[in-house]
Amino acid sequence: MRQFKGRVITPGTVTAEAVVTRAGFNTLASLQKSLQFGDDTAKVTDQNNPDLYGKPIAGKALCLPQTIGSTTGGLVLYCACAMKRNPACMLFANAIDSLACAGAVLAEVWIDDVTMPVVDQLGDEFLNYVKDGMTITIKEDGIVEVEG
Amino acid sequence: MILTKDQQAILDGSKGETMAKVMKTLVMYGKAFDAEKMVEVTSEHNHLVTSFGLGVIDPVYQLMDKLIEADAISQQTFSVDPRPVDKNVPANFIQRLVFNKFMYNKQDFYEAQLQKLGLMDKDAFTCTCYMDQVGNKPNKGEVLSWSESSAVVYANSVLGARCNRNSGIMDLMGSIVGYVPYFGLLTDEGRKAKWIIKVETTKKPEAQLLGSAIGMKVMEDVPYVIGLDKWLGSELTEQACTYLKDFGAATASNGAVGLYHIDNLTPEAKELGRKLILEGAKEYVIDDKELQRIYDSYPIMWKKLDAKPKLCFMGCPHMSLQQLKDWTDKVEKALKEYGNSKVVVPTVFTAAPAVIKEFKKTEHYGRFEKTGIILSYICPLMYMNNPTCGKMPVITSSNKLRTYTNARYYTDDEILVQITKGGK
Repeated sequence: MRQFKGRVITPGTVTAEAVVTRAGFNTLASLQKSLQFGDDTAKVTDQNNPDLYGKPIAGKALCLPQTIGSTTGGLVLYCACAMKRNPACMLFANAIDSLACAGAVLAEVWIDDVTMPVVDQLGDEFLNYVKDGMTITIKEDGIVEVEG
Repeated sequence: MILTKDQQAILDGSKGETMAKVMKTLVMYGKAFDAEKMVEVTSEHNHLVTSFGLGVIDPVYQLMDKLIEADAISQQTFSVDPRPVDKNVPANFIQRLVFNKFMYNKQDFYEAQLQKLGLMDKDAFTCTCYMDQVGNKPNKGEVLSWSESSAVVYANSVLGARCNRNSGIMDLMGSIVGYVPYFGLLTDEGRKAKWIIKVETTKKPEAQLLGSAIGMKVMEDVPYVIGLDKWLGSELTEQACTYLKDFGAATASNGAVGLYHIDNLTPEAKELGRKLILEGAKEYVIDDKELQRIYDSYPIMWKKLDAKPKLCFMGCPHMSLQQLKDWTDKVEKALKEYGNSKVVVPTVFTAAPAVIKEFKKTEHYGRFEKTGIILSYICPLMYMNNPTCGKMPVITSSNKLRTYTNARYYTDDEILVQITKGGK
């Protein structure tokens, strides 16, 4: 088990299975079809992301460097949260980007019954270490434990 | 974050619970980026990304309703991204059924919400709101609360306005309270370049290919591009602006670029030159070989790789008036050369309603109509986001459309041959 320390963007504790992308996570390209066509598992549809393409991310611990792409990104993430098709948590190696931050904050402020802890600045070492299928536990104060 | 007395009062509920939540959203957003304060939004108009009445994004409409009910409406009027559907664009019976009955069945409802929230004009639907004909063109130094990645990167880079890459909904929040958190691309420091891009191609690089290469390399950092003025000149002519529109859209969609500087061309690069480059900036050289590598790396999502194209979309982001004129000339000439009277692949050019209106006044329009190309205000991306279009072999020279759909990318020259002569 290894422990990493990041910064809390939205609070919460959770344990979930890791899905990992080393490339930027394009929120619109990844989630648009699952939102539109009722895929509760939120299988990633971004053709440019071989790490995630076709993998379900709803309820998983999404490990990523940052999000990229359209500025609908935050809105898409907000909708995914409202429709309960969101990752269990999002763990950023880099400092969070403005679009992902918007989605996380909008969900935190405007949706009453959803918690999606978000931690950023976990560092490159975190992203190098974590692999698909590992178990992630987010503790208080941005502590992230990785097992498996 | 230090708030003014007024800002703190709103956060504490002086203007009601909903306005307090709007302010809380912006404060939390700013705190994540260590913003020290909120600054006033100074542009005349806002621009929003969410233009589509997509039935399944009901949570957005519910939020809009909450804002309207609480009279938490925009202090600025705004333009918004293009409409998703146009009956003039080719679609079969099933596609029309999917568009109108299942996908965009909330379009009228949503447009009514936009009117209440502050839409600047009933036809202010375009991703290129900064076109002269549309009238939402901010001035240098103005602070914006815009979204739409291609519009934000254009406003920052070509117009010298100051705007972060705001998300949909967050764009509206800033406009409602009239303040945005001060961080990132609003600050002098945040506008400095972490990358030096050296363009060393032997011919003018394809705008959308060069933008794609840079976006994928620098992600959200600011690039300072050297060597492009050789091909674009040192003045922001209409041709140069059109090139930068397409280039920027590709940097923003293939990466997350919100601002670029072009040496000797864009306003801040002209003013400050290489002082804009941060110490220790990384370097990326782009030559013909690198552009070819990028082109070859794009996955082709068609079921049959050798399928005959059924549709061509041009205009993501929307075409400029100059582009419509130039393409009319090019298509006309190529059709003549190949002995055809009309395009051989159903082709749709998209532009802002106001640009289309102006184009129709020019002598080019009559000639354009004869080519058989359809002119629309639609958003190609929204059109293609459904299962029936997903199977269609669609071609485009838009790297943004390629990124978000199954459309296959070709360069402008290749597209011209495909639609006028036919081919692969």
